[in-house]
Amino acid sequence: MYKILKKEVLSPTLKLFEIDAPKVAKKCQAGQFIILRIDEKGERIPLTIADFDRERGTITLIFAEVGKTTQQLGQMEAGDALLDFVGPLGRPSEIEKYGRVVCIGAGVGIAPVFPITRALKEAGNEVIGIAGARNEELLFWTDEFRAQCDEFHICTDDGSAGEKGFVSNILKKIIEEKGQVDYVIAIGPIPAMKVCAELTKPYGIKTFVSLNSIMVDGTGMCGACRVTVGDETKFACVDGPEFDGHLVDFNEQMRRAQIFKDEEQRALAAGSCGGGGCGCH
Amino acid sequence: MSLNNSPIKNDMPCQDPKVRAKNFEEVALGYTVEQALDEANRCLGCKKEPCRQGCPVQVPIPQFIAKIQESDFAGAIATIKEKNALPAVCGRVCPQEAQCEKYCVRAKKGDPVGIGRLERFVADLERSQGVNPVECAPPTGKKVAVVGSGPAGLTVAADCAQAGHDVTIFEALHVPGGVLMYGIPEFRLPKAIVQAEIENLKKIGVKVEVDAVIGAIDTVDELLENEGFDAVFIGTGAGLPYFLGIPGENLNGVYSANEFLTRTNLMKAYLFPEYDTPIKVGKKVAVLGGGNVAMDCARTALRLGAEEVHIVYRRSMEELPARVEEVHHAEEEGVIFDILTNPTEIIGNDQNWVTGMTCLKFELGEPDESGRRKPVAIEGSDFHMPMDTVVVAIGQGPNPLVPRTTKGLDTNRKGNIVASEETGATSKPSVYAGGDVVTGAATVIKAMGAGRVSATSICELLKK
Ligand SMILES: Cc1cc2nc3c(=O)[nH]c(=O)nc-3n(C[C@H](O)[C@H](O)[C@H](O)COP(=O)(O)OP(=O)(O)OC[C@H]3O[C@@H](n4cnc5c(N)ncnc54)[C@H](O)[C@@H]3O)c2cc1C
Ligand SMILES: Cc1cc2nc3c(=O)[nH]c(=O)nc-3n(C[C@H](O)[C@H](O)[C@H](O)COP(=O)(O)OP(=O)(O)OC[C@H]3O[C@@H](n4cnc5c(N)ncnc54)[C@H](O)[C@@H]3O)c2cc1C
Ligand code: SF4
Ligand code: FES
Repeated sequence: MYKILKKEVLSPTLKLFEIDAPKVAKKCQAGQFIILRIDEKGERIPLTIADFDRERGTITLIFAEVGKTTQQLGQMEAGDALLDFVGPLGRPSEIEKYGRVVCIGAGVGIAPVFPITRALKEAGNEVIGIAGARNEELLFWTDEFRAQCDEFHICTDDGSAGEKGFVSNILKKIIEEKGQVDYVIAIGPIPAMKVCAELTKPYGIKTFVSLNSIMVDGTGMCGACRVTVGDETKFACVDGPEFDGHLVDFNEQMRRAQIFKDEEQRALAAGSCGGGGCGCH
Repeated sequence: MSLNNSPIKNDMPCQDPKVRAKNFEEVALGYTVEQALDEANRCLGCKKEPCRQGCPVQVPIPQFIAKIQESDFAGAIATIKEKNALPAVCGRVCPQEAQCEKYCVRAKKGDPVGIGRLERFVADLERSQGVNPVECAPPTGKKVAVVGSGPAGLTVAADCAQAGHDVTIFEALHVPGGVLMYGIPEFRLPKAIVQAEIENLKKIGVKVEVDAVIGAIDTVDELLENEGFDAVFIGTGAGLPYFLGIPGENLNGVYSANEFLTRTNLMKAYLFPEYDTPIKVGKKVAVLGGGNVAMDCARTALRLGAEEVHIVYRRSMEELPARVEEVHHAEEEGVIFDILTNPTEIIGNDQNWVTGMTCLKFELGEPDESGRRKPVAIEGSDFHMPMDTVVVAIGQGPNPLVPRTTKGLDTNRKGNIVASEETGATSKPSVYAGGDVVTGAATVIKAMGAGRVSATSICELLKK
């Protein structure tokens, strides 16, 4: 069992957990993820390692409540324990000294981009950070994120915090103002990553995105996480989750995310009237 | 004993095909004591033991059957276990018709003796009465790491623990058992049987660490250098699914066999929404391939509610590599066999969902390097097959994770670990390998045989 040591409620549907997992904490690197299972009947769900503390042996997760499992997870408290916790999975981010880099976190994407930003800073890059969300309530970790950056921007769709607009608007401005950007990492909802990748393509700026494909095992065994990159099929769990944003077939990813839409609705319905994670009991 | 001269094998009692095609309970119910005695009495006790020569691990077959004839069931199971640690599993899933039973003298005139069914009978009887833990040698203080908990890894763990070594199994998934748990369905191999075997291992001191992906959490080198293991066995299987490489394979509704079976067996998607993992099966399902994996997918699809399930296979019925019994059961349950047929494209709608396949018809030509007649496409024979779900079951390769993270471990062109057939030794000192990761996808008994070979070598090594 893997104990939840700390819980923070970042917003009503956005939670942070610190998990006691010393073996994973010893090994993990920026860009990797874990797979967890709450209990015997639970689904295996992937979550990115948002932070880690090798000495204390902890892994920090930040998740949005979007369905049955994440809602049930959100109901858990410090002191509770998860049945399964596997990792670190996936390839680590390619951390190099690129020069000037832009790190973009949109929505929950702020969590996974944080350790990558820190690693890029430590590698000697000039780091420009962009944090975006639908509104102020959904923004988190802006101070921590800012502390890793030489320059930092915030934006919200409704203008309730920072500039009004999308992360891609700010990215565009940065590219135009600075003239030279050497590397972009963008993590967030597929449409946001897609727009960022389309934006940097004409400039030939190396741009990486991190995909949230549907997964089962996370070790390359099932192929549920297939993604078309260039003209090749890749498995997001072992070949990714980061890929060259100029080569990813985002439309396919968007449609593959819908595969179990009906079942997800059913699970949610069954959960909320059967004493599941909805909190109505 | 009086010899039973009947040319016909005692039938295996089975659930009715119409009923069982809608449930996940075991299909074959097992012999009664009377049936087992009657079947055992068909055995001639041949001095030359042809059946035993056909067994990949040389189970003393005439000897164990003789014990059944004497109603010494405990003696029978003990005789089998000298060579085979998982008889309840092998009795159910071994391709006996290509092994022991193929060489049975009785098969010259009629059916062979039902060796597999007898093996299952004594193993089930023993389990129902509670198994006594085996005697282990005194602790040697040596540590053995087993990577992967399929039949190969379980065999190494059992043998090394019996020799007194301190054994830890590392398993990537949340349940040990390998393909026996995530691949082969409940209706063919009840999961309780596999877990009972694993409990027996724990009773003799084997530690099982699940959720432990070697290569991610510790590398093989770290197990040897930092964690104090004296030897490592790699039995990580052939878990990497192959696809055909035809257009449309990433459409929604196309699964690899591994995903289809893992969702159903390991994650219990057939009990969704009581269990959280979903699976989606359309009315018309095509399973591509002709092996055990394909039969399991087809029969699973029926049980998940598909109305029409097709096996689409490019060779003929004679070449189906699946166990005869599985093909027979699939046919009884209503699976349709579209043989000499192969898809060239999977077609989808604008929502990315599968709607059908374009297929070509084949005829058999000259024998190829495998000795089987090569299927040749018939020009202009392409036709459309409407489908809602497609399951690709054309084979698996070795997972590259361990080789990629282990210095000095040689692999071949296909990515299989290179290991000696006689000793299990790899190119790396103190590291042994066996099972599907070495041979490519094969059988449970061959994986166990390879496990025994490696265990013997490891015990030799640790004596020094
Ligand atoms: C590598 C990776 C890292 C991720 N990191 C984070 C993170 O740090 N924080 C976060 O909030 N979310 C993250 N996700 C997404 C998270 O896994 C899903 O939100 C979660 O599985 C949804 O489960 P649910 O039962 O609550 O919702 P569901 O109702 O099951 O699904 C809601 C949505 O989640 C997606 N989803 C469903 N099942 C899976 C699955 N098994 N694997 C992946 N996606 C699935 C579906 O496409 C659907 O759109 C990550 C996904 C991946 C693949
Ligand atoms: C659907 C299906 C049906 C089959 N039917 C039959 C049948 O009827 N009869 C028959 O004889 N054979 C059958 N087979 C084949 C048989 O199951 C295999 O040949 C056999 O299981 C191989 O055993 P193994 O120990 O080599 O590996 P596996 O059983 O594949 O076990 C390997 C284990 O290693 C784990 N692992 C992998 N990588 C790592 C890692 N890095 N760290 C830790 N653990 C890891 C895996 O999760 C897995 O649990 C079938 C196979 C399938 C898929
Ligand atoms: S070959 Fe057949 S008849 Fe002869 S000993 Fe073996 S099982 Fe019995
Ligand atoms: S999640 Fe199964 S292969 Fe990637």
